[in-house]
Amino acid sequence: MANPNPTPVRAPATGAWWNDRRVRAVFYQIVFVLAVAAGIWVLVDNTIENLRARGLRTGFDFLGARSGIPISDSIIPWDPDDTFGRAYLVGILNTLRVGIVGIILATILGTIVGIARLSQNWLVSKLASIYVETIRNIPLLLQLIFIYALFGFALPEQLDPLVIGGGFFLSKGGLMFPLLKLEAAHYAAGSVFLVSFAAMIVYNVWAKRRQNATGVAPPRLLPSLAMLLLPTIIVFLAMGAPAEFDVAAKTRFRFIGGGAIGPEFLTVLLGLVIYTAAFIAEIVRSGILAVSYGQTEAAGALGLTRGQTLRLVLLPQALRVIIPPMTSQYLNLVKNSSLALIAGYQDVVAIENMTMNQTGRALEAIMLIMAVYLTISLSISLAMNTYNKRIALKER
Amino acid sequence: MKKLAIAAAAFAAAALVAGPALAGKDLDNIRKRGSLVCGVNTGLAGFSIADTQGRWTGIDVDVCRAIAAAIFGDANKVQFKPTSAQQRFQALQSGEVDVLSRNTTWTLTRDASLGMIFTGVTFYDGQGFMVAKKLGVKSARELDGAEICVQSGTTTELNLTDFLKANNMGKAKAIVFEKIEEATAAFFSGRCQAYTTDASGLASTRSKDAKNPDDFVILPELISKEPLGPAVRRGDEEFFAIVKWVLYAMVEAEEYGVDRANVDQMKGSPNPAVKRLLGVDAKNDMGKLLGLKADWAYQVIKQVGNYGDIYDRNVGPKTPLKLERGLNALWSKGGLQYAPPIR
Repeated sequence: MANPNPTPVRAPATGAWWNDRRVRAVFYQIVFVLAVAAGIWVLVDNTIENLRARGLRTGFDFLGARSGIPISDSIIPWDPDDTFGRAYLVGILNTLRVGIVGIILATILGTIVGIARLSQNWLVSKLASIYVETIRNIPLLLQLIFIYALFGFALPEQLDPLVIGGGFFLSKGGLMFPLLKLEAAHYAAGSVFLVSFAAMIVYNVWAKRRQNATGVAPPRLLPSLAMLLLPTIIVFLAMGAPAEFDVAAKTRFRFIGGGAIGPEFLTVLLGLVIYTAAFIAEIVRSGILAVSYGQTEAAGALGLTRGQTLRLVLLPQALRVIIPPMTSQYLNLVKNSSLALIAGYQDVVAIENMTMNQTGRALEAIMLIMAVYLTISLSISLAMNTYNKRIALKER
Repeated sequence: MKKLAIAAAAFAAAALVAGPALAGKDLDNIRKRGSLVCGVNTGLAGFSIADTQGRWTGIDVDVCRAIAAAIFGDANKVQFKPTSAQQRFQALQSGEVDVLSRNTTWTLTRDASLGMIFTGVTFYDGQGFMVAKKLGVKSARELDGAEICVQSGTTTELNLTDFLKANNMGKAKAIVFEKIEEATAAFFSGRCQAYTTDASGLASTRSKDAKNPDDFVILPELISKEPLGPAVRRGDEEFFAIVKWVLYAMVEAEEYGVDRANVDQMKGSPNPAVKRLLGVDAKNDMGKLLGLKADWAYQVIKQVGNYGDIYDRNVGPKTPLKLERGLNALWSKGGLQYAPPIR
């Protein structure tokens, strides 16, 4: 029987070697790579030449110089005497802070809204639709400006804040909350908690294995909770249960003390979460709808409740559809956080802009910003792709 | 922004200096044209701003009128050219304007490397603080613990951190905004208890953006030096001298109590200094030495006013800007305005 896909038998090269297709293919690729390299070389060389001609200094030595710039919101201690290098670090941490918290909250809100849009309750599904259609059709920049202005108008004066109780205050200065004064007992309890947490995971893995092996499910919720909390509470109580809080107190100008989340951070966080959640909601909805209705019926036939159907049947299958577009939403959220400077939140872009203005090193500062976003985005991509591989359909 | 503007202007200047030099022709050109072309701000209340009829007012504008009055005997022979912060130096260097009277800070770099030269100081400005009156703050040193709104990217933020450090005000917190509009909006919405920028900018913002300007006070401390004054191109010493001595004449006039209202009576003053200033004595003609008419200073004071007239009319306590004289008082009253003798 003749081979249905015969490999074309190449006739021996009759003409000159430059008529050989393989030689040409290699040749074109070499030419292309050389052209790209030459282009890059010309650009770099030109830039260096121009910078020299204008007497502009280049290099990253400015990172070690005293900055003198003010930074209002920082996780690590900041003083204007610190260097531009440390300012860069503060900026990165601020970007990461709003990015990580934003991704977590946007995922939760987006999932809830996405499921709500599929709800059989007319009011719930319509509200979710209105939310999604309104939010994702208004530019994020406008939403940020709107939210920040709203805080400026709606929140009470700083000297006359809204007392929420328990040491919580809300005002134009943001949300103030009590901070626990850390003592030995807290560190001890924290360590015990970490150990308990590990033990709980070990127990759950064991329980799962046992269920798979014997079909008998050991109780999981109550023992888990007990393992997690009891030792911590016992240690804490045994060490005298110190619970002294640092609460914000009224001074001449504003409430100082305790912890505080400024309206700048709140604006950026809220803006990013509300905006991204609208997109995530649609991704979640499409993921759930991608699972055929037969699966729901089958789950019903097995006697699973609606909640169990969602949790055990629909979501695991939907995740395969959801994860890839979700990854790009996470990337968007982090990149959109560069709009933060509109609301006076000092993320890495805002701080590098200040650095640029004070040192005149525009090229270097932009490169530093790009390096941050590239690193964060690639990390998210890597993590999400790894997760995607784990949940992808295993074909056997 | 300021730094970028300076850098851009420096390049432009270098390009111009290399070209053919304009030597001593400026005054001739002005006379031939029959009017002075004056580079002013596009709109800064109290310094140079056009009203709905297109009539310009402000200190910087009045300085231009005074120069025209000295040269032509007519304060109206001025064309005003609004310039942005980025264009201003180029406009002067290229000859588009004869004099730049546009709240520009006199610094060494600008004086020495931009092909221009400053003629004097019409307004001693400096970075200051504004707070709500109800807080009862009397001095910037009391602001420890306050939040201070500031625009980023200029020397303003550096001056602020230096001031807070120097005065051990570690609990004060700067809230930094990219644009000046964002910073002022945040301040007036109550986000910050204080706002800092140049004192003239504070006064301007207060008169323009505050719902009730009387609710806000500008604190007396100035934490940086920002002397503002007119500048001319290098290369025409005669014109440079005229602009310089017009400014001095206005200060001298205030010193001797000669103002817009009484200048005609003062012509009969027995005081020799006043006589010299107003050019009453033909044997003692100061104007001739400058290449002007004998009554050059009289025309300046009659048509525009002395320094005090200009200050009070544009930015003084009775205007919306409500700026006290402070550093801009005469030297004899504790300020810095001082004129070499006209003799």
